[in-house]
Amino acid sequence: MNWPSSWWPNYNTIVVLAGTSVLGAGAGLAGCFAVLRRRALLGDALAHAGLPGICLGFLVWQERSLPVMLCGALVTGLLGVLVVSLLRRYTRIKEDAAIGIVLSVFFAAGTSLSRFIQTGTTGGSRAGLDSYTLGAAAGMRAQDVYLIAGVSAACLLLIVACYKEFKVVAFDPGFARVQGWPAVALDLLLTALVAVMVVIGLPAVGVVLMAALLIIPAVAARFWTERLSGVLALSALMGAAIGSVGTALSSRFSLTPAGPVIVLVGAAVFFISMLAAPRRGILALRLSQSAFARRFAEQGVLGRVLAAEAEAGPIVDIDDRSTAAATRRLIAAQAVVRDAQGQLRLTVSGRRRAEQIVRGRRLWQQLFLNSPELAPLYADLDTESIDALLPPDLIQQLEAESSTAADDRSEAQ
Amino acid sequence: MPPVLDVHDITVAYHRKPVLWDVDFTLAEPSLVGIVGPNGAGKSTFIKAILGLVPLASGSVRIFGEPVERQRKAIGYVPQRESVDWDFPVSVLDVVLMGTYSELGWIRRPGARQRQWARQCLGHVGLAELAGRQIGQLSGGQQQRTFLARALAQRAEIYLMDEPMAGVDATTERVVFGLLRELRSQGKTVLVVHHDLRTVPQYFEQVVMLNTRLVAAGPTPETFTPENIRKTYGGRLPLLDDAAEAVRMKERSA
Repeated sequence: MNWPSSWWPNYNTIVVLAGTSVLGAGAGLAGCFAVLRRRALLGDALAHAGLPGICLGFLVWQERSLPVMLCGALVTGLLGVLVVSLLRRYTRIKEDAAIGIVLSVFFAAGTSLSRFIQTGTTGGSRAGLDSYTLGAAAGMRAQDVYLIAGVSAACLLLIVACYKEFKVVAFDPGFARVQGWPAVALDLLLTALVAVMVVIGLPAVGVVLMAALLIIPAVAARFWTERLSGVLALSALMGAAIGSVGTALSSRFSLTPAGPVIVLVGAAVFFISMLAAPRRGILALRLSQSAFARRFAEQGVLGRVLAAEAEAGPIVDIDDRSTAAATRRLIAAQAVVRDAQGQLRLTVSGRRRAEQIVRGRRLWQQLFLNSPELAPLYADLDTESIDALLPPDLIQQLEAESSTAADDRSEAQ
Repeated sequence: MPPVLDVHDITVAYHRKPVLWDVDFTLAEPSLVGIVGPNGAGKSTFIKAILGLVPLASGSVRIFGEPVERQRKAIGYVPQRESVDWDFPVSVLDVVLMGTYSELGWIRRPGARQRQWARQCLGHVGLAELAGRQIGQLSGGQQQRTFLARALAQRAEIYLMDEPMAGVDATTERVVFGLLRELRSQGKTVLVVHHDLRTVPQYFEQVVMLNTRLVAAGPTPETFTPENIRKTYGGRLPLLDDAAEAVRMKERSA
């Protein structure tokens, strides 16, 4: 196979690929705790609030210096987060509204400042401030990659070292405080982690899209695993993959800047996870739900056949499509058979199953009658054997009560 | 010997409205204590104030004669079940292991010893076989028992439990009650926010009756009187509260 020469990356492309994949991994890692603590949007506010800081950094230094501009972004970004928490604390504004306000106002301030610089100051037009809106990953140089790698490594080290502390604070901050952990400080540390990751990502993906790199890998990873360590590892991996694949696609098809392509690749990863993940994915949930509906319909048919046989009368009006399908499945499973007249008859095993179902229903009804507040806690429509769900002494009691109730009814008649 | 718990004239207020007002309560000896009162009477806040989780407008709390900050390791806490996100990606065993975190100190991870101890605590509440499950897959009662196991894993001297028997199945209620007895027989102190007035005399040696102010506190036989119940609940009949509780429970589990 003959690769087109443009496919084989040159040195610059390798640098950019390395940078975006490490950035993706770091952001994926830092984003996990933000998402799990339901602070995902805080990262977005941070990113947008960083823009005025970048401009101020340029104004103060009077020339383009990445470290100074990023420090500026960190300061105004954290200021934005501070304003969000002040608004929430001292007014009745809810967090989502506070984030919305801060995010747009800081972004507006940043955009205005950048216009002011570009038209009003000498050399302003060369500051490249516009590229901070959507990022310019292609402009990444080796030292930028070192910075990203350093910060990501520090972030990884911190999470590995304080894994259990972060875990307990993120899951149950009240309990963590009772145990004596400095919950507020740990919380701030996690926020600072996100802030630093966001700021170093700004040159590459820009203030508008940075939040996607924090949120998407974490949310996608959560679909596949039930362990915190699993979510962290997978989110970092997915972040790296999203960053590098997005960059490669953007370079291959000359779609610049790379940020939007990276985010779209992230969206594809998220979409696949949402659909296809076992257990938590939409398809898996749908499948288990329809499997339950099928079993439930079968239980209904079995119960009706049993009742009809008990009254020695003929049935069976198989009315709608779901019961017809359930009946076909029961025949295939040899729980029921059709006799010469076309009537449904229970087989030996079918009768055993039907009796268990009917008995279960009778006892559940009695339990709902006896203790309506408790019954829903136990009830499970998918388990045919009531003995698996209730303690034996309770079942005995229900048996006794439901048979007296039946006697009462027959006496009344 | 200093009293187990000395709550000295505490007041807690949100936006100038008192939630707890001048509550003064001393527990000289280890005991099983029920905290009762109508909804919104400040029962949870009372527990949180003891734990230092809400700011006090005035007053102080001492445990074994020392400020709470110096007795952290002696305190076990069972928060309300609704206070956490049960979709959080941790297993039942992970949650119970959190009880051992304070003995570990910074950075150190729980090892084989802690794991074994956590499993033992889980077995104690009848959840040994569910250790590996993600916590969201448990029933409400099992989640409550997970929190109890975590508190047990803390090896505390004084336990504070916020409604451990609200909205749980009969098995869980039995487990909780058995546990209270057992902790008591080991000389521990347990304070429990409780909503079911019918079981108060059966479960608790002492009772704290709250309605923003402290209505009465002391040994259950002398304190838990119809007169004091009326004072605590005002015009609201406790029976109505029980009915409301049943409705709330049904809604929650639906």
